[in-house]
Amino acid sequence: MSNPLMELINVSKSFGSTDALKNVSMEVQPGKILCLLGDNGAGKSTLIKILSGYHPPSNGTVRLEGADTVFSGPREARQRGIATVHQDVGSIPLMSIGRNFFLGAEPTTGNWPFRRIDTSKANEIAVQQMERFGITRVKDGNQLVGTMSGGERQVLAIGRAMYFGAKVLILDEPTSALGVKEAAFVLKMMRIARENGAGIVFITHNARHAMAVGDSFCVLIQGEVAAQFKRGEKTREEVLNLMAGGEDMAALEDDLEQVD
Amino acid sequence: MHRPETGAAAAFLLTYLFFAIFTADAGFVSVNGTAGWLNLASELGIIAIPVGLLMISGEFDLSIGSTVGAASMIVAIGTNQFGLPIWPMIFLALVAGMLIGLCNGLAVVKTNLPSFIVTLATNFIVIGATMGFSRLIANVTSSSIIVSDSSKFVFAARWGQANISIAWWILAALLGFWVLSRTVFGNWIYATGGNLQAARGAGVPVERVKIVLFIATGFAAAFVGILQGIQWNSGNSTYGMGYVFQAPIVVVIGGILLTGGYGSVLGVVIGTALFGVISTGIFYTGWNTDWIQLFLGALLGAAVLANNYVRRLALTSR
Ligand SMILES: Nc1ncnc2c1ncn2[C@@H]1O[C@H](COP(=O)(O)OP(=O)(O)OP(=O)(O)O)[C@@H](O)[C@H]1O
Ligand SMILES: [Mg+2]
Repeated sequence: MSNPLMELINVSKSFGSTDALKNVSMEVQPGKILCLLGDNGAGKSTLIKILSGYHPPSNGTVRLEGADTVFSGPREARQRGIATVHQDVGSIPLMSIGRNFFLGAEPTTGNWPFRRIDTSKANEIAVQQMERFGITRVKDGNQLVGTMSGGERQVLAIGRAMYFGAKVLILDEPTSALGVKEAAFVLKMMRIARENGAGIVFITHNARHAMAVGDSFCVLIQGEVAAQFKRGEKTREEVLNLMAGGEDMAALEDDLEQVD
Repeated sequence: MHRPETGAAAAFLLTYLFFAIFTADAGFVSVNGTAGWLNLASELGIIAIPVGLLMISGEFDLSIGSTVGAASMIVAIGTNQFGLPIWPMIFLALVAGMLIGLCNGLAVVKTNLPSFIVTLATNFIVIGATMGFSRLIANVTSSSIIVSDSSKFVFAARWGQANISIAWWILAALLGFWVLSRTVFGNWIYATGGNLQAARGAGVPVERVKIVLFIATGFAAAFVGILQGIQWNSGNSTYGMGYVFQAPIVVVIGGILLTGGYGSVLGVVIGTALFGVISTGIFYTGWNTDWIQLFLGALLGAAVLANNYVRRLALTSR
């Protein structure tokens, strides 16, 4: 197995008296999708925030490409190739695709005081990158992002991260707000990103989505790693039970039926 | 139909045609009549452009009114009471305007309070301070300005009925257009108003964007204060109070979303021109000027509705 891109070693994080994470260790491998599963409040968001430099861990070590690392902030993490795509994606609906794609890293042309955004280049690259990830419907980089579907926006955000050289791609519930077809599309895109060698951390509530693309899995329960396993080592049933905190999922589903 | 200024352009055309036809013999469309509404629009227009950019970035500035008056009084008291040459006083007034903008910007960014309230407070503070200090220093709240030929030319030259302010307005519009639609900074303005969190996440220095725009607005307001002071040969603390609401009104009529993130400089220019046409056109009809307010109010209401519609239109896929 190749060297991990990023490692957490015995990482803990507490906010005052709440321990959001306790002794968590995990590895992000290049070209692999690591699924992070867990119920509400399990500590998934906290874990991402440590990976992406928002929080320093209270205890434990973060390793990036083999070296112990303490990020000064999210900006440094981003510069070092860790890209986070949040559920709401953070695109700006009333701006064009090209302008969104390059926001904060706009290509320019001409000399000051006539230096300006190279709009045609920005649009061209943005459309190209979307195409590479299978979106062919979008032909004009001047189109407003608000005219795209939720899945297409996810793709834009992921494509953007990849284009700017992300080594670690953290996706926080990228499929949870999407319909079946759109979700399938985003999952496909994650496979393409994986083939390009990115190490992907995929946070989700949805065991089916996780099983569809995951190479390895990490289940968090109340801040602790409850299980870590590889693709094919557990059935969907078992995963669901784990996520429910050891309670029998079948029993929970029975309860639900009685509610109806 | 997908452009933010569409509604304003249509309203401008209709209104202009209305006055042109309705007052056919009164000279509204003559060179002098045109210069008349352009003069009126230009002074407001110079302020409205940065106010528009600021609104696109998601913020308001209501302190422009008192900044206009303060700048004119700085020049008046400096040249008249202290006998200082005018150019250093002009410089000082511009710096004062930028400082007011800086304070607004810092206050808004640091407190996260709505800029509507923060700059409303600044508006009162500045006019109060202008009057208070003017009275303290010279026992006046308005005073004549001793101008020089060069300053008279730069700020108050006239060709026929047309003031040089029209040229300044065109310059401000070109600059605003360039910055907003072509530069990286312009991209940041849209992003800051369109989705603050996302912009910050992408590494846009959103606080700097806002502060710079507040400073630009203060600068423009001071510039107009100087311009009016030199034109009328006097400074007055209450110059510009009309702009407090006129500027945001023409900006919204021009198609800029109150909530930020969308709009164009061309729209602001058209909105301001529309204001000029209405305010002067009324005189040619011989009607009471009270109707201006009614006209503007109705336009503003229509514009807000139209803007919402245009925004939705922009978001429907083609
Ligand atoms: N900044 C903070 N200050 C105090 N407590 C926090 C903070 N952030 C998270 N927590 C706590 O840490 C625990 C883990 O929260 P976290 O947001 O990581 O869960 P999650 O797995 O992302 O949940 P969800 O699925 O609902 O997003 C929770 O008990 C939460 O209240
Ligand atoms: Mg969360």
